[in-house]
Amino acid sequence: MIRVIDLHKTFGKQHVLRGVNLDLEAGKITTIIGGSGSGKTVLLKHLNALLLPDRGSVLIGGKDITRLGQTALNDVRQKFGVLFQGAALLDSMTVYDNVAFPLRERTNLAESVIEKKVNESLAEVGLSGMGYKFPAEVSGGMKKRAGLARALVTRPEIMLFDEPTTGLDPLLGKSIHQLIRKMHGTFKFTGVIVSHDIPEVFRISDRIAMLAEGTITAVGSTEEFMESKNPVVRQFLQGEVEGPITVL
Amino acid sequence: MPSFIGQIGRYAIQNTVDTGRTFLFLLSAFAWVFRPPIRIRLIVHHIRTIGVESLSVVILSGVFTGMVMGLQGYYSLRKFNAENFLGSAVALGILRELGPVLSAFMVTGRTGSAMAAELASMKVSEQIDALYSMAVNPIQYLVSPRIIAGLISMPLLTAIFDVVAIYGAYVIGVNLLGVSSGSYFAGMELSVVFKDVLSGFLKSVSFGLIITWICCYKGFNAPPMATGVGQATTESVVLCFVMILVWNYFMTSVML
Repeated sequence: MIRVIDLHKTFGKQHVLRGVNLDLEAGKITTIIGGSGSGKTVLLKHLNALLLPDRGSVLIGGKDITRLGQTALNDVRQKFGVLFQGAALLDSMTVYDNVAFPLRERTNLAESVIEKKVNESLAEVGLSGMGYKFPAEVSGGMKKRAGLARALVTRPEIMLFDEPTTGLDPLLGKSIHQLIRKMHGTFKFTGVIVSHDIPEVFRISDRIAMLAEGTITAVGSTEEFMESKNPVVRQFLQGEVEGPITVL
Repeated sequence: MPSFIGQIGRYAIQNTVDTGRTFLFLLSAFAWVFRPPIRIRLIVHHIRTIGVESLSVVILSGVFTGMVMGLQGYYSLRKFNAENFLGSAVALGILRELGPVLSAFMVTGRTGSAMAAELASMKVSEQIDALYSMAVNPIQYLVSPRIIAGLISMPLLTAIFDVVAIYGAYVIGVNLLGVSSGSYFAGMELSVVFKDVLSGFLKSVSFGLIITWICCYKGFNAPPMATGVGQATTESVVLCFVMILVWNYFMTSVML
């Protein structure tokens, strides 16, 4: 279980997170929704300490990761896999080497074992035989799938997805969602998705949390969320300009 | 008036903080060099990109610098009937000053700018965040090997520049303008002492550090936007040139 307690983060004069409290249940997929610039990615980057808060805590297995030293933090980060918005593949390496990278860095496995695991991972995301290509030579959807293979190759307990379908057409977006759901079924990770791909992302989510004005304004199961009477949630789901959320 | 003073204060504080961060970055890079895993393959890879791939431009600039020195030196020395000192004048100028400085300029333009652009691009596309999230320290993986490679490559490139420039001046002075070959090398042998070679060597090592340190720092701390790559590249090249000239003056004044 991941517990976020009273998280505050400021960039310059911009107070992005203003006391976020959120419990992310183990083994479930929780999606964080919210308007553009509402701080969803900032919140996500606090979950594995890519950003450190000005105030507040992030507890993982009861341990506050915001106060850990480098070595302890690296141990915690090994529990995570992250799919970045642009996949963030290392562009000096082939897709194969990208997927092999965390295994080569974190484990002492023999190259033959790494090869087997990488090929399995590439097959799981439908990229068999594409390992020799460089990131610049593959499409956006393939990059996302390669990023997913790299994130999952170490079989992490927690997966973070930052806008996994941004920049993809609806069909590719749907296939990425299906892939996430399929991988979740296989590996049972705790998933956190940041997205505003609504309502598609609801189909793969167990729980939804809405971030607005720097705080979590609503949280619940997908069904509860769809039937929510909360005016902020209703305005966001129905895409109305007028309402409690200031759009422009 | 108070706001003007406030602005000066903020500027001073910001610059002090930036300078502190720059030095901490360097200390961190050195600290990570000695922590396992030692990344020999990456160091060798960067020696190739900094050293081997800069070789042609360093040789070319060395040849023409030497030829110009041979030409100018000959006509200046001839006014005093001292053209036999051409070898001595060229060797001292090249070994102590022009060799280290010009080869450092070439490496800054050829490799330093590419280094800053590559790291800035990795920052903008979240590749550096990806390394952190895979529990790999980006300073150890990206910066420390480049700094070590710079420290190794720069003196070697400077030595090659020195040799090529001295032979460039030889071709002009001896083959074209008729200075005696014996006096060219004898003058060099008489005037050049170990301290001159040491001075050039120490300068080149420090320039190797300056180039890799500044370019990595600027790339690593590029603003996370598309223009950040260009900004980091420009700033790193300009700052390297200025730092090389300023540091060269200090080293010359200390080692004279």
